[in-house]
Amino acid sequence: MDVIVCVKQIPDPETPAAAFKVDEAAMQVLPAQGISPVISPFDAQAVEAALRIKDASGDGTVNIISLGPDSARDAIKHSLAMGADEGYHLKDDAFEGGDAWTIALALSKAIQHLGVPDVLIFGRQAADWDQGTVGSIVAELLDLPSATVLRAVELSGDSITVSRVVADGFENIELSTPCVLTISNEFGDPRYPQLRQIMQAARKQVTELTAADLGLDASEVGSAGSRIQMHALFQPTSDVEVEIIEGDSPEEKAAGLVNALREAKIL
Amino acid sequence: MASILVFGESDDAGLTAPTLEMLGAASRLSGDLGGGVALALIGTALADAASAAGPAGADTVYTADSESFASYQTDSYLPVAQGIVEQDSPSVVLMSQSSMGRDLAPRLATRLGTAAIMDSLGLEVDGDRVKATRSCYGGNARQVVTVQTDPQVITVRPKSQDPLEADDARSPDVIAVDVAEPTLRARTTGKEQAESEGIRLEDAEIVVSGGRGLGGPEAFADLESLAGVLTAAVGSSRAACDLGWYPPSQQVGLTGTVVSPTLYVAIAISGASQHMAGCGGSKNIVAINKDPDAPIFSFSRFGIVDDYKKVLPALEAAFAEALD
Repeated sequence: MDVIVCVKQIPDPETPAAAFKVDEAAMQVLPAQGISPVISPFDAQAVEAALRIKDASGDGTVNIISLGPDSARDAIKHSLAMGADEGYHLKDDAFEGGDAWTIALALSKAIQHLGVPDVLIFGRQAADWDQGTVGSIVAELLDLPSATVLRAVELSGDSITVSRVVADGFENIELSTPCVLTISNEFGDPRYPQLRQIMQAARKQVTELTAADLGLDASEVGSAGSRIQMHALFQPTSDVEVEIIEGDSPEEKAAGLVNALREAKIL
Repeated sequence: MASILVFGESDDAGLTAPTLEMLGAASRLSGDLGGGVALALIGTALADAASAAGPAGADTVYTADSESFASYQTDSYLPVAQGIVEQDSPSVVLMSQSSMGRDLAPRLATRLGTAAIMDSLGLEVDGDRVKATRSCYGGNARQVVTVQTDPQVITVRPKSQDPLEADDARSPDVIAVDVAEPTLRARTTGKEQAESEGIRLEDAEIVVSGGRGLGGPEAFADLESLAGVLTAAVGSSRAACDLGWYPPSQQVGLTGTVVSPTLYVAIAISGASQHMAGCGGSKNIVAINKDPDAPIFSFSRFGIVDDYKKVLPALEAAFAEALD
């Protein structure tokens, strides 16, 4: 079974809040000193899901597409080191400043360029903008069935069975192929590449594709083609002043807290 | 034609709380945009929910009532949702950031030739656009965005908007929508209810929540015991859920449930941004953590700096005595 996974390189979401800084005028997040960007964690789980489908089906390929600047290559290399077969990097100045729509448009063109596989997998959302729409937009553009926010994916004959995370539990859904899936954090840990695999992946060719290669005009992508416009980016502030309840023993502290809650009429 | 079309949801108890909140927001926004508020309901046995929509703020209600809509499925809901938008031609479409909304909104927007803003926290009218404030970078940042194409599709975070006072004098026009049998390429084969019993996280007045600092799954039994005394729901950080210590359905945070109780008791939770994205709307946060520099304290009204293992039994006894 052939699978394509779309991945994104992002600022490390585990960056401590104290090191997270925004340039409000440029409406950009400033790179944190000494903290390297990473593949979006949900996307690494998407690669894991794809590799398991390939293993279960016994044949086929797992190919990776990423749209972004030079650093996107690292997300592709990470996926190759995990065990994916080929990488494609959508790289063009024209893509800069794009929204979910323009990114999904370029990805869908690239997927058609490579041939629509049996399964297309995305992370549930990129852990930078947290929109969670690219997978669904690609599904709509390619007119494919989709299931989003999944904790489990299984191959059953020619179809795919998934478990979707919903508010009060899980839904089991069966999809015909080709289809689009998005993977949630409940899926579990992705495999971590070994040194030997990282070395092998480093030697693998990554194919670069431009907007023109995909038949896209510069006016259709990047900020020019975007449907969502950003007006401000800032860091929220907390105006709460904490009162630490002191005491010589845990019992005193506990009693102090209960008293404080009563006096504040919270209890 | 309405200025704002709300895709609502209903359950056995009628319109869901997020639906009432969206109708409240729509009424407020429509005052500035001009035009009315419409509610679209896709589901089964919708009569009661439809009649409650008028008092909650809807001028028009579209119902797509069919057994085939008993549970949400992209393939079945998408064509009927598209039909309702085309019939109503609103300038703004609102949905909840629910299991349905997060799946349906981007596909519907794409089919309509527009785009969706997800998980908005604040909405305000600017000319003919609705400016949405939303959380990004795992709760570390906020952005203000608009959809430049029409209709403007926006999903709304539960509890971020206020419902209207119900006005029983209002009765809306109810329009039953023709329902065609869709071709299904995906079908629901079963449903598993979450294991957790007791009070639902999103409904609870008090939430007791535990994180990675608990050190293991067995500590959640102590949290459940404390929750019993407080008539509270039990939540968990993503780290603790990902470690398998507690069911994913109880996860509070950006990728879990968003709660805003009167009292949120965070036990051995560091206060990562993605967790605060799920509980930052609580009226009062109390933190118990042995690390005095844990970020959670900067969001808390009261704090205890100590090992939770020592504090918890004393706290349960103190609460039990106080509430007796």
